[in-house]
Amino acid sequence: MSDKRMTDDDVVAELRDGMTIGIGGWGSRRKPMSLVRAILRSDLKDLTIVTYGGPDVGLLCATGKVKKVVYGFVSLDSIPLEPHFRKAKQSGSIEFSEYDEGAFYLGLMAAAHRVPFYPTRAGLGSHMLTMNPDLKLVKSPYDDEELVAIPAFKLDAALIHMNRADERGNGQFLGPDLFFDDLMAMGSPKTYMSTEKIIPTDDFLKYGSVHTLKIPRMYVTGVVEAPLGAHFTECPSDYERDEAFQREYAATAKDDDAWKAFKTKYLDLPSHDEYVKAITARGEK
Amino acid sequence: MKPPTTSDVTLDEVCVTAVADAFRGDGEILCNPIGIVPICGGRLARATFEPDLMMTDTVAALIANTIPVGVTNPPKVIEAYMPYRTIFDVVWSGKRHVVMGANQIDMWGNQNLAAIGDWRKPKAQLLGLRGAPGNVINHTVTYWIPNHSKQVFCEQVDVVSGPGYDKIRALSPASGRFFEIRRIVSNLGVFDHNTPDNRMRLVSTHPGVTVDQIVDATTFELVIDGDIPTSRLPTDDELEMLRTVIDPKGARKSEFK
Repeated sequence: MSDKRMTDDDVVAELRDGMTIGIGGWGSRRKPMSLVRAILRSDLKDLTIVTYGGPDVGLLCATGKVKKVVYGFVSLDSIPLEPHFRKAKQSGSIEFSEYDEGAFYLGLMAAAHRVPFYPTRAGLGSHMLTMNPDLKLVKSPYDDEELVAIPAFKLDAALIHMNRADERGNGQFLGPDLFFDDLMAMGSPKTYMSTEKIIPTDDFLKYGSVHTLKIPRMYVTGVVEAPLGAHFTECPSDYERDEAFQREYAATAKDDDAWKAFKTKYLDLPSHDEYVKAITARGEK
Repeated sequence: MKPPTTSDVTLDEVCVTAVADAFRGDGEILCNPIGIVPICGGRLARATFEPDLMMTDTVAALIANTIPVGVTNPPKVIEAYMPYRTIFDVVWSGKRHVVMGANQIDMWGNQNLAAIGDWRKPKAQLLGLRGAPGNVINHTVTYWIPNHSKQVFCEQVDVVSGPGYDKIRALSPASGRFFEIRRIVSNLGVFDHNTPDNRMRLVSTHPGVTVDQIVDATTFELVIDGDIPTSRLPTDDELEMLRTVIDPKGARKSEFK
């Protein structure tokens, strides 16, 4: 029987410069932040990130890890536009490929289903086609209607965070929304899943109904136990978003000194355990 | 308590009513307003003249009851599961009418909420395309603009998030068959595209606003046909519903600056 447990640094050791990495979650919700922070403290560079973006995108842009971001949006939810993403966008330093939010879903689904594209009306008449000159139109073979062909995202690896997992790689979400994490996992040859807690397979149904078991192990390469692994994004029903911390993070986009201090205090740490100590100390102040 | 009367109606309440009227006749579809005034408008329509509308709790469910804005964890009667992904299935099925904002809008109804300046290196990055391209070409949309000005009602938008009538006309008829901009509600008046060539038309001015004021705050030439009526006031029942149930704290007023 497979035991897929690994550390976040083991995961990073599997990644290479220039890879295209899908990141699960949505905005500032259930993001695999401990894995993202492991990338931040590594030498990895020139990554292409594919995601419904939140602070993962902001942090990876602000630390120079990213060559290109492919996204449906980049938001912190309670702060509508991710401020570090805004900064990167306005400085023109990074390549961006922006999709209609629904079209982005089709790119993930095409990857998961191993078809070259899915057709949609979304994008016709809008700047989405101007912003993505590689996007092509396709004519329906049945009635000649013209549609946009959203290409399958070609992922090298995907990172997702689940509330619970077993050591074989089955994952469980306990919040109201899976987002697109199943498609991320299916659409990528390697998927690394962090989790709040590794539990015996037998225990899954103590936490949630069968409907919460949406990540089957055949799509998962490795499992990393990381309590508070989604911090400061929300991870219901385990914890809500740390809004105070998010505000502190957001403010650093406008203040270089504050960013340096934030980075030293919370990002330039050797491990997720040290991060948890740092945010716990912050909370006790 | 004495019920409110229409004699003291404020601008925000006229705007909410004008948004609510956009949903008139929609029946059993997903009413999906974005923003506080639009959410008040959608909830008002459903609580009064359009009871079959379906609405989200803004998380992952559709709820059958009228919940207040700006209140954490109100009691919810959940009638369907609607996670984020499923919203797109509804968009593509067409059973949806969304109300979006616009940082820029032109005479054909092209909407920009993506960026100001060149999108490659924008002067100001805004929200982005978000779901606008897919919304506009798949189902009915209405726009809510709380800051009517020449900057917003402009000659040409910098980025087309949601296409307007000219862009749709350039496509094949099949591509545009689900397209409809129902109306545009601003803090000055109500507008639509029900003109022979689909240029934007002034439908009504809000109480106390003159046609000249609107013309002066609009860069392009509006179609102004004959005498322009005043936007309707909410009824006593609508006003009471809005003030006591939907938005008792007056959160809607925060969108006017």
